[in-house]
Amino acid sequence: MAQALLEMRYIDKVFPGVKALSNVNFTLHAGEIHSLMGENGAGKSTLVKVLTGVYQRDGGTIVMNGKLISPKTPKEAQECGISTVYQEVNLCSNLTVAENIFIGREPKKHGFIDWKTINQRSEQLLAKLDVHIDVTKTLDNYSVALQQMIAIARAVDVDAKILILDEPTSSLNEEETKHLFKIMRQLQRQGMGIVFISHFLDQIYEICDHVTVLRNGELVGAYEISKLPRLELIAKMVGKDLSAVKDMDKFAEKSTPSEEVFLDAKDIGAVGKLREVDVTIHKGEVIGFAGLLGSGRTETAELLFGIEQIHKGSIRINGKKINLKNPMDAMKEKIGFCPEDRKRSGIIGDLSVRENIILAMQAKDGIMHHIPYEEQCKIADDCIKLLKIKVSDREQLVKNLSGGNQQKVIIARWLATQPNLLILDEPTRGIDVGTKTEIQKMAISLAKQRGMSVVFISSEMDEMVRTCTKLVVMRDRRKVAELTGEDISSDGVMKAIAGGAA
Amino acid sequence: MDMLKKFAGSSLFLPVVALLVLLVFNTIFVDGFLSIQLTEDGRLYGRLVDILNRSCSLIILALGMTFVIATSGIDISVGAVVAISAAVVCTMIGGRGDGVAQMPMALAVLAAIGVGVLCGMWNGLLVAKFKIQAVVATLILMTAGRGVAQLMTEGQIITVYYKPFEYIAGFLPGMPLPTNIFIALAMVLLVAVLMKKTSIGLFVQSVGINATAARYAGINVTLVIFLVYAFSGLCAGVSGLIESSLIRAADANNAGLNMEMDAILAVALGGTLLSGGKFYIGGSVIGAITIQTLTTTMYALGVSADQLPVVKAIAVVIICLIQSKKAQEMFDAWKARRMSKQNGKKTSVDGKVAEQA
Repeated sequence: MAQALLEMRYIDKVFPGVKALSNVNFTLHAGEIHSLMGENGAGKSTLVKVLTGVYQRDGGTIVMNGKLISPKTPKEAQECGISTVYQEVNLCSNLTVAENIFIGREPKKHGFIDWKTINQRSEQLLAKLDVHIDVTKTLDNYSVALQQMIAIARAVDVDAKILILDEPTSSLNEEETKHLFKIMRQLQRQGMGIVFISHFLDQIYEICDHVTVLRNGELVGAYEISKLPRLELIAKMVGKDLSAVKDMDKFAEKSTPSEEVFLDAKDIGAVGKLREVDVTIHKGEVIGFAGLLGSGRTETAELLFGIEQIHKGSIRINGKKINLKNPMDAMKEKIGFCPEDRKRSGIIGDLSVRENIILAMQAKDGIMHHIPYEEQCKIADDCIKLLKIKVSDREQLVKNLSGGNQQKVIIARWLATQPNLLILDEPTRGIDVGTKTEIQKMAISLAKQRGMSVVFISSEMDEMVRTCTKLVVMRDRRKVAELTGEDISSDGVMKAIAGGAA
Repeated sequence: MDMLKKFAGSSLFLPVVALLVLLVFNTIFVDGFLSIQLTEDGRLYGRLVDILNRSCSLIILALGMTFVIATSGIDISVGAVVAISAAVVCTMIGGRGDGVAQMPMALAVLAAIGVGVLCGMWNGLLVAKFKIQAVVATLILMTAGRGVAQLMTEGQIITVYYKPFEYIAGFLPGMPLPTNIFIALAMVLLVAVLMKKTSIGLFVQSVGINATAARYAGINVTLVIFLVYAFSGLCAGVSGLIESSLIRAADANNAGLNMEMDAILAVALGGTLLSGGKFYIGGSVIGAITIQTLTTTMYALGVSADQLPVVKAIAVVIICLIQSKKAQEMFDAWKARRMSKQNGKKTSVDGKVAEQA
């Protein structure tokens, strides 16, 4: 094989408290489309950011065309020939197309910007990508897809040898995606090395030659895509050996749901978020929403909690049709929701543990019915004891707690409201193993002892298999399967996620 | 000692120290600063009373501003709203030379406050519902507000000769202190009761620290933001009454001029970060008094009104530096370096001692 275009060897990256990358290798050849795969937090974007100079690596080497490089800023990386197009188009919408393409490196004539050349060359560049538009109009005249193309045109023009596309298709429709793929193949023929990141399996299989799989910041392996069946790819991403997926302690401690239905959602969907999902949640049931990131798990949960409104379908709670317009509507129906992004939408960092715990309860009681301080303390203390939250005292600021304890505080916030349905979206992400097991057990015991319904969403297959009595499997923003009883196994879930093509 | 330590760690420490420093400075450099006299008709006179008297409208503005800033917003229209409120009350009472009111004063006062609330609700609508940036949204009323006030007064300065109107910022017969001090006190007490008896503090802080999380916890973020701007409008309305009563006239161009800046400064002095979140009502009140003391001091020392902004600017810079994390880090590093130097010296001295022995 010819010399590799890019070789990243033993890359390490440490963030305070977390090892984001450890000993990761990545090789890219010229004329290759290479995908980086892995679940959230696997280290894909960290690896890309190390390569593009956004982060500084803590160990390892990067060799490009036989030369050692270590870009310290995105600009340096660009000068080395590494161009990146990010998920969100990062161009200036108030500048013209041509200005966007040449910003920062305008050709000059007698010390003035040579507008003629800029416009001409922009047109030529875009024509190469089969895009024919007026380059003197401002960027906001064009669709996101076209903006993406313009971003690529800009990236390609800076003498790029490596092009990194970070989820470029997430905002494109099918036709636009096809067009993008055509351009990618064209660039491939010109000998460019392309790194393509996407959550859509179909696209990976359509366009890529190779795939490198990461998990928990470690390299799982690099494979030729044609020799890797989908099922195996998923198994590698979620970290389960296919042979070892037969489950051990399956029914040992699971809850037994009652016949009574608590919530029944029929064909619910929201434009741009969720296509169609049917969910029936029984009392005392731990139900799991499985699927890869972006499959619609979180979106479904958000619809059930009234964060987003449904555009079609209906939700019945205890047999009564309910219109959930905002979280308070859901809270009145005794639903609680621990969101996926703890920092952004969960904790109120500068408030104390006590205030964070009583927040939802106070919101429900209303601003005029202030919970007396003594009662607040009692509730907080009870929760701290019940969930074994590690705090110095209840007045400690939440932001100073560890991730696992922050998660427990948010769970406590909802338990204090005495919900009938508790939605836990990725409650175990980024927290230590001990706490993970604790939270899983808690979900089961809530269902068992209090008859509470629990929705459990997680990217980790085995914890879903261990805790849930029913699994709703989603792919491409719609429900594709529902598994119960014996069918609940990592094997079954992965098959369902991979779909018929497996 | 323990209590002193506890106080040093409390949020009120910096504002109180700043005020004390100013007061000490005044006592030394301004003659008869601390003296308070009782006049024959039972009124208290003196610089201290004067400071308190003149800081009332600022205190009230700062109360409203504190809540707005705590939600990580800002309201730069309060000065203009003061002018509008002043215009409303003065035009309604009217400038008749024979000292007769055109409309009952109670009605005029209520109307002025009501218009203030309306202005606040307008700001709240723009910020909370239409999600316009607070500075831009309140800038609209800041610039347009004085025009509105001009329209009401028809471009005139309306001077009110109706005697009871003076009482708002003056002395009620037989009272030792001017009425506006009692008004400010009542407003502070109202806020204190609200803070104690309702969850407004918790909600406002939650919204200011993390609005998304607050929404996910069931708080109606839009309503909370709307209400704080409405309350800020109410405060501006009350301030307008005091400001106009002080000069017994409505001057659309100058009533409440630049007061929004002083109110923001008072809140910042009080220890509430402009980025929102935790807020300190007590701090804002002390901050407002501090600013008025600063102003009075400068006048007493012969600094002209034109130069006053420079002094205030210096004060703002110092306060911002004290609150800045970076500056604190630099200060800590400097302290650490000094400590290690001193320690180094000490050991060398010890070494000498050892030698001699």
